[in-house]
Amino acid sequence: MSAQPLDARLVSAPASPASVLIEAQGLAMRYGSSATLALEGITASIRPGLITGLVGPDGAGKTTLMRLLAGLVDASQGSLRVLGLNPATQSRELHARIGYMPQKFGLYEDLTVAENLRLYAEVRGLPAAERAATFDRLLGFTGLASFTSRLAGRLSGGMKQKLGLACAMIKRPELLLLDEPSVGVDPISRRELWRMVRELADDGIGVVWSTSYLDEAEGCDEVLLLSGGKMLFVGKPTDLTGRVQGRVVQVRGASDPKGGSRRGVLRRALGLPGIIDGVIQGRHVRLVLAKDAPLPDLSAMRAGPQAELVQVAPRFEDAFLDILGGGPGGVSALAERMANKPPNENSLVEARGLTKRFGDFTAARDITFAIRQGEIFGLLGPNGAGKSTTFKMMCGLLKPTAGQALVDGLVLGKSKGAARERIGYMAQKFSLYGTLSVRQNLDFFSGVYGLEGAVRKRAVEGMIETFGLSPHLSASADELPLGFKQRLALACAVMHEPAVLFLDEPTSGVDPITRREFWTHINGMVERGVTVMVTTHFMDEAEYCDRIGLVYRGRVIAMGSPDDLKDGVRGPDLIEPSLEDAFVTLVEKDDQDQAQGLNREVAA
Amino acid sequence: MNYARIKALVIKELLAVLRDRKSRVVLILPPILQLTIFAFAATLEVKNIELALLDKDGGKAAVELAQRFRGSPSFTKVFPLRGQEDVAPTLEDEKAMAVLVIDQNFSRDVAAGRPAEVQFLLDGRRSNAAQIVQGYAQRIVEQYNRDLVARYNLPPPPATLVARNWFNPNLDYLWFTVPNLIGMLTMVVGLIVTALSVARERELGTFDQLLVSPLSPGEILAGKTLPAMILGVVESVLIVAVAILAFGIPCQGSLWVLALSMVLYLFSVVGFGLFISSLCNTQQQAILGTFTFMMPATLLSGFATPIETMPKLLQIVSLANPLRHFLVAVRGIMLKGMPLLTVLDTIWPLLVIAVATLALAGWFFRKGLG
Repeated sequence: MSAQPLDARLVSAPASPASVLIEAQGLAMRYGSSATLALEGITASIRPGLITGLVGPDGAGKTTLMRLLAGLVDASQGSLRVLGLNPATQSRELHARIGYMPQKFGLYEDLTVAENLRLYAEVRGLPAAERAATFDRLLGFTGLASFTSRLAGRLSGGMKQKLGLACAMIKRPELLLLDEPSVGVDPISRRELWRMVRELADDGIGVVWSTSYLDEAEGCDEVLLLSGGKMLFVGKPTDLTGRVQGRVVQVRGASDPKGGSRRGVLRRALGLPGIIDGVIQGRHVRLVLAKDAPLPDLSAMRAGPQAELVQVAPRFEDAFLDILGGGPGGVSALAERMANKPPNENSLVEARGLTKRFGDFTAARDITFAIRQGEIFGLLGPNGAGKSTTFKMMCGLLKPTAGQALVDGLVLGKSKGAARERIGYMAQKFSLYGTLSVRQNLDFFSGVYGLEGAVRKRAVEGMIETFGLSPHLSASADELPLGFKQRLALACAVMHEPAVLFLDEPTSGVDPITRREFWTHINGMVERGVTVMVTTHFMDEAEYCDRIGLVYRGRVIAMGSPDDLKDGVRGPDLIEPSLEDAFVTLVEKDDQDQAQGLNREVAA
Repeated sequence: MNYARIKALVIKELLAVLRDRKSRVVLILPPILQLTIFAFAATLEVKNIELALLDKDGGKAAVELAQRFRGSPSFTKVFPLRGQEDVAPTLEDEKAMAVLVIDQNFSRDVAAGRPAEVQFLLDGRRSNAAQIVQGYAQRIVEQYNRDLVARYNLPPPPATLVARNWFNPNLDYLWFTVPNLIGMLTMVVGLIVTALSVARERELGTFDQLLVSPLSPGEILAGKTLPAMILGVVESVLIVAVAILAFGIPCQGSLWVLALSMVLYLFSVVGFGLFISSLCNTQQQAILGTFTFMMPATLLSGFATPIETMPKLLQIVSLANPLRHFLVAVRGIMLKGMPLLTVLDTIWPLLVIAVATLALAGWFFRKGLG
């Protein structure tokens, strides 16, 4: 009789650990004696059977939090329980029960897919008897079964991540930590990855998925939104998007859908009171209104007589911008101080039958397009499809096997400096000299582009003023906050006022405000007559393009405006296709065509 | 060639190295450390020799000979053995480098003016040291002979060898090692600065940025060569200063001639560095490439072993080795005051090497675009 109360307690106690995998209270992290906290005030609980998104731009603290959860570093403050264990002191027990996939998963590139799996099976102590069955299950699950003898280094970005996932799943973990699994993964592989992870979550595993792609947040069950090391939001993504419900509108049918008018509309709209954020979406302009603001006046944007305002469903990013207090203005100080480029009827950038062969592999085949002055042209495509090969040939980093790449009528290979002086180039990883100060970087790039004397001084001072770099002038480029790095990289690329800008995934990973600021400058320069060519994985970035060339298997399989591409795949299954839908559908259709072509050949 | 652009490149390159604390340390600390460690450790001189002595004679002459060994600065520890049975274990257990056995008739034979013999047993496992120790012993015995001849008015031996060491009268080993080290350390610095800088830019993506700029491959090459030369010259001045001031190595020749050959030498080393870096995509490959080059370059330089003793083929290969030519020049200038014309005659191949390697590097940079 006396034992009864005790029993009751025993029954009720296990309920809480089973329903919560991770319990964080006021977690903070400081690296070394750094003045700023890499992470602070993280309080959250993560439950099994759900995908919890760790969402935020680069430098928000996602990886730090992941490493804390995996017991790889110890928190400076706060308490953390993972699977009921203390990761700081019980990391060994913890590691046996979780699966962790770091950003660059520790795949051995010189080992085959099967050898990698075997290695991780050894490392994680999977009994030999269970191996065959486990490998079959994982290879089937990841669709890698036909690639077991391929070297991991030869896999595409998406396949690498799938293999990484398989390795992390060798022993069915209770908790799966995935640090930016979708970086460098094209939309098709990304969808597959999501489907796989969703299956795992449905199976009862707790998944933490960190990402800088805000659109991925909408696919999560729970979201932890980080920015600058602070937690801005925790909860269901719909709860966050709910805060901007009814405040998101699209300006449709602005006149002259081809030309730059939507860029002008956006610029003017961002200048109106009551509009806190805006981006270009194909031929439309998407605007977020301030709380309780009335609908904006279309005539003030000079959107044309056919223009109409349509309310659309809010996205996670709209809400994020709303929390941050809105995006930047629409006027580019950079474009303001640039002179208009003299009008030019000819194509500024032209690819004529560009072909590139590496040995017997054809990376690009007969690629032809022309970019008008003042046009933004995007190259889109899955990894390894030939997109960057084409891009490199266009900016003269790779010599085509056949065909020509022309800039302003000049062949890049032959006219050496003359053509290259007209080019501005900015790569994904901001090719700045990290140990040089901001001013030294500016001095260097102005010198390399042959600016001298007073012109050079004016150009450098102009950039410092335009981009607000003066407080950071003597800081090393490496020490700059990401947003300033982006600005400096752009400044270095455009200081010589190029006629053509080549951008290689220019805003991947940067926060949405910096991305908007960047595109404001690009849009402004385009209105001045600068021509832009951009490669991207990022559908949001692609929406800014006037035209897109979709590259797959070394060929351009579709070309047109973002809306043309969307319209092309519209059907009963896809009533309102997104650009990503268009991308995926077109690539899959090409796969089918190829297969049919092969079948026909075989039949013949 | 646009000089403003090259200037921008040179400034950038120097700043990139000097503003980075790690690069600064890498450039300054290792050469100084290596110079000190090498100078004292990489010596072929044999010092602190342990000698076992078995004196079966015990006579006046035997004691005198033994005293001469004891008094020599080379043999710091001389200990007696009790009997013949101790000789083998002493050498086997490396208790001594050599054993001097004086026969029981030694003193009698000396006094009688008959040829007297002593036995000198050496540890042949250390063949090089054994030879040198044998030389020391021979000198002591020869000197003893000469003294005996003078003391007893005996007829002198029919022919004697009188050796005198020119340029390094005391055979101070540092005089040999340190000038060689000047060449080797300058090579390390020149190679590392160039090989790493291109590879680092490739890794970070800044090299693409340079290639899309109006810079021509020639300008990029010049922009990489000049800063490495500047850093190399500063560094070598430092090393030469340490050699002269701290190690007391004389510089018989003109410092200007030394400087000239140093510049030419660096030019060829930088050429090799850029050539290596034009083949490498990552810093790791560049480091490996540098060491793959440096090992044979050191071995084929005439530093450790004379080039004349190498097989003909290797002798020909060694002609492409900048270190080989520079070592002749640096030793010549510092130790014997080699005049300008002779130096030029020695170092002109450096110019050929530099031009060839730079051309190759430029060609590979361009080929990288194809």
